[in-house]
Amino acid sequence: MSFDVPDDLRYLESHEWTQTGDSSVRVGISDFAQDELGDVVFVELPDEGDTIEKDAEFGVVESIKAVSDLYAPVSGEVVAVNEALFDEPELVNDDPYGDGWMLEVDPSDPDEFDDLLSADEYRDQIE
Amino acid sequence: MALRKPPLREEHAARGAKFTEFGGWDMPVEFDSIRAEHAAVREAVGAFDVSHMGEVVVAGPDATALMQRLTTNDVTRLDPGDSQYAAITDEDGVILDDTVVYRLPDATDADDAATGTTRYLFIPNAGHDVEMHDRWVTHRDRWDLDATVEDRTEDWAMFAVQGPDAADLVGDAADVLDADADGGGGTAVEDVRDLSKFQATYATVAGARCWVARTGYTGEDGFEVLAPWDDATEVWSAFVAGGDGEGAEGADEASGDTAATPCGLGARDTLRLEMGYLLSGQDFDPEDDPRNPYEAGIGFTVKLDTEFVGRDALARVNEDGPDERFVGIRLLERGVPRHGYDVVDTDGHVVGAVTSGTMSPTLGEPIALGYLPVEHADPGTRVGVVVRGSEKRAEVTTTPFIDG
Repeated sequence: MSFDVPDDLRYLESHEWTQTGDSSVRVGISDFAQDELGDVVFVELPDEGDTIEKDAEFGVVESIKAVSDLYAPVSGEVVAVNEALFDEPELVNDDPYGDGWMLEVDPSDPDEFDDLLSADEYRDQIE
Repeated sequence: MALRKPPLREEHAARGAKFTEFGGWDMPVEFDSIRAEHAAVREAVGAFDVSHMGEVVVAGPDATALMQRLTTNDVTRLDPGDSQYAAITDEDGVILDDTVVYRLPDATDADDAATGTTRYLFIPNAGHDVEMHDRWVTHRDRWDLDATVEDRTEDWAMFAVQGPDAADLVGDAADVLDADADGGGGTAVEDVRDLSKFQATYATVAGARCWVARTGYTGEDGFEVLAPWDDATEVWSAFVAGGDGEGAEGADEASGDTAATPCGLGARDTLRLEMGYLLSGQDFDPEDDPRNPYEAGIGFTVKLDTEFVGRDALARVNEDGPDERFVGIRLLERGVPRHGYDVVDTDGHVVGAVTSGTMSPTLGEPIALGYLPVEHADPGTRVGVVVRGSEKRAEVTTTPFIDG
């Protein structure tokens, strides 16, 4: 089985992805991660205005069979939360890089992106 | 310790199943999606490989006496081809395991026992087969009874074919063996569709002599099929279409729209949870969470007018009433209850714990099972379930959670 790993994103070893940029970057979990979890039934996310810190827990995603902590790929202020996931958590399975996004963050330190895995590096990890 | 493998381990892997350890076995937890597998069983038909369940055969002149003294139910009510749900308890009335006891037809020349011998088959939960076999042997010797006890767990595969379309699928695949024929017997039906709930018979499926029972643990109509380990591939293929278009060679493959969806233990868990059925080792455990049948809600399996290990202790529980009761809990807020989460009263005091919980695929709501003191156990009682330090409002409810 092969998983979608978009080239323009950066990844954490714990399977979160982030866009890169100076403001309003989206954060979510990878196609591989949603497949490993199986049917996602619940997500717990921070509130708009909260700050998250790179490599620290920022929320929880639960499938029928597992509970998994979410780790922040980037530090910054949460400027938007995908509230659609509260009613339709299955969007994480259906479209992990699109409608299944979790947060939009204003990065406080754009240099942090350099520490993340590239798409190629992440592909190596999951294959 | 190496995990025990079901006979179709590699077939399931080739189909893309994900695996989990359960009771010392390496079992498929999910083929495609727990949600889709769950829906297939509620709406059509699904097939589970439950070869991790134990099989112990007890035969001989004293087989009835031995079964009667080690299970809570009354085996003398069973005619050949009948079965009953029962608990296996210790001297204190604590449930060691729950099981289904089948009375097999008296032995014929096709069996490894003298013709005419009384025989029973019971199904310990995964990983309990050796312990139960040893328990039976120890007590047989202590009581000086004349019966053989054999652990046949790795001689027989077991498939559960469950759902509203199961009768047609299994009915078409199984040919009942004539009760008078060698190797036949069981209930006097000509078609497995005519089996009543908890009845069973020998039948051939894909050429193999199987034990086909109208039993299951999903709340739906269905069958459990015990197949010889070496014929497992052919029998499974009679129910499930080939993965990736490749069926088992030479097998009598299930075809077209009547094939069962292959299902893993994940869906088996959500299905039984919606029904409020107990899971051994999780909803009771003689070491970590000892429970008696009355508090576990299976007092109907206890026949106090029979003699069995634990009877006197259970007679006292029955007279005094249990202190706690196994209940359903429905969360009124978002969250997923899980095994071990605290249950609190309206003042925030811990009064119990979740033993099983999930997001119900049928209801789309979080549901849980657990034990509560009787004063908190009435349906409608407000409680809370503590999810990662945060108390979620919840309500005690009757089970099953779904309409039967």
